Amino acid sequence: MRVAAAADLKFAMDELSKDFEARTGTKVDVTTGSSGNFFAQIQGGAPFDLFFSADMDYPKKLEASGLAEPGTLYKYALGQMVIWTPANSPIDIAKDKWNALLDARVQKIAIANPPLAPYGRAAVSALQKAGIYEQVKTKLVYGENISQAAQFVQSGNAQAGIIARSLALSPGMKDGKAWEIPADVHTPIEQDAVVLKSAKNKTGALEFLKFVQGAAGQAILEKYGFAIPVGK
Amino acid sequence: MNSLSLSLELAVSVAVILLMIGMPVAYWLAFSNWRGKFLLESVVALPLVLPPTVLGFYALLAMGPRGPLGRLWIVLFGHGLAFTFTGLVLASVVYSFPFAVQPLMVSFEAVDRKLLDASALLGAGKWRTFRRIVLPMSLPGVITALVLSFAHTLGEFGVVLMVGGNLAGVTRTVSIDIYDRVQALEYGEANHLALLLLAIAFAVLCFVYAVNRRVWMPAWKGWAAK
Repeated sequence: MRVAAAADLKFAMDELSKDFEARTGTKVDVTTGSSGNFFAQIQGGAPFDLFFSADMDYPKKLEASGLAEPGTLYKYALGQMVIWTPANSPIDIAKDKWNALLDARVQKIAIANPPLAPYGRAAVSALQKAGIYEQVKTKLVYGENISQAAQFVQSGNAQAGIIARSLALSPGMKDGKAWEIPADVHTPIEQDAVVLKSAKNKTGALEFLKFVQGAAGQAILEKYGFAIPVGK
Repeated sequence: MNSLSLSLELAVSVAVILLMIGMPVAYWLAFSNWRGKFLLESVVALPLVLPPTVLGFYALLAMGPRGPLGRLWIVLFGHGLAFTFTGLVLASVVYSFPFAVQPLMVSFEAVDRKLLDASALLGAGKWRTFRRIVLPMSLPGVITALVLSFAHTLGEFGVVLMVGGNLAGVTRTVSIDIYDRVQALEYGEANHLALLLLAIAFAVLCFVYAVNRRVWMPAWKGWAAK
């Protein structure tokens, strides 16, 4: 079974797919990338069974255009964002918060590419709400997806990044300094999944989606920094 | 259109720089008798076989604050090299290196050694021999090197994606622009840019092959004929 997953799910999906394989014996091949990229690829007939987007819009559009299996749309998680700096950064992000981004030592701020990545759009909107977008927009550099944005700052080429909390908790980044962006400027990103009409293994896809909705799946998502939608 | 002019600027810069660096390297490769020459030849040809992700990965590390190049740049200019036009030029020079050196080397090697001996016997130094004999006779090679490094840089994608940061007017080259537009389902604009690039690439290759087939031979006969 082939799963297309938004880049913020990179590490959570590894564990979800391994756990699912151990339970059911169904092999899950996960491809991660920007949601917009997958949306375009699925329109072009990409052979995925299941699509985990980093927003609600792409899955809804797929459903509207008849490319998704009706009734399978499911809100699997709420994505959170953090401002992240490397452990050795001179910037104290927890203390300075938004002002840290105005610091002259922060020359580049990595975010995901807004036209293609929901996290990129959310980062721009959070900067606007915090009232500093105009001041920092010349510092922004754009990763093709949220993972690349994280990698730009993790490698030190950018001094700060606005990235998914799920990536900040990953093995390569959890030693860095992260400040969680508060709810008043950033409403958690509602992330939907949908089974695709062209799925070759529809039963497997539905089963996997059910597993993600179950207690074990939700525990893994929470472990990687996602909030579980209320009422689920 | 902005991205196309940026790509053209990048490609011209890289082609000119590569011609200047490529000439001495190609000269040495063509005329040195050192037995270990194959080692340098292999290094020069590496970008032909390595995926752009390998170059992009190492370029990103080298340009960062922990990399040698990045550290030097931060000391000299106060900022790193990634996400800058200069960074792209440097990465592209490495990426297109064989496309400049190999045609130059082949055409230098093809110059009749007897002419070089005659030139030396008549008292010309190496530099004078190079300017008056080797270079004019290698003109098709020089043009090929210039045009191929230009064209190869114009078509670069992977390295730019990895070290560019997608900045409009700075690092968003035409290949990245096309990629973005395809992902955003703006097929009309993508097609417009892609067709332009296709036309440029075809024209450039026609030019290179015509030069090497000596289509315009009569005009050159006096000074470049063998």
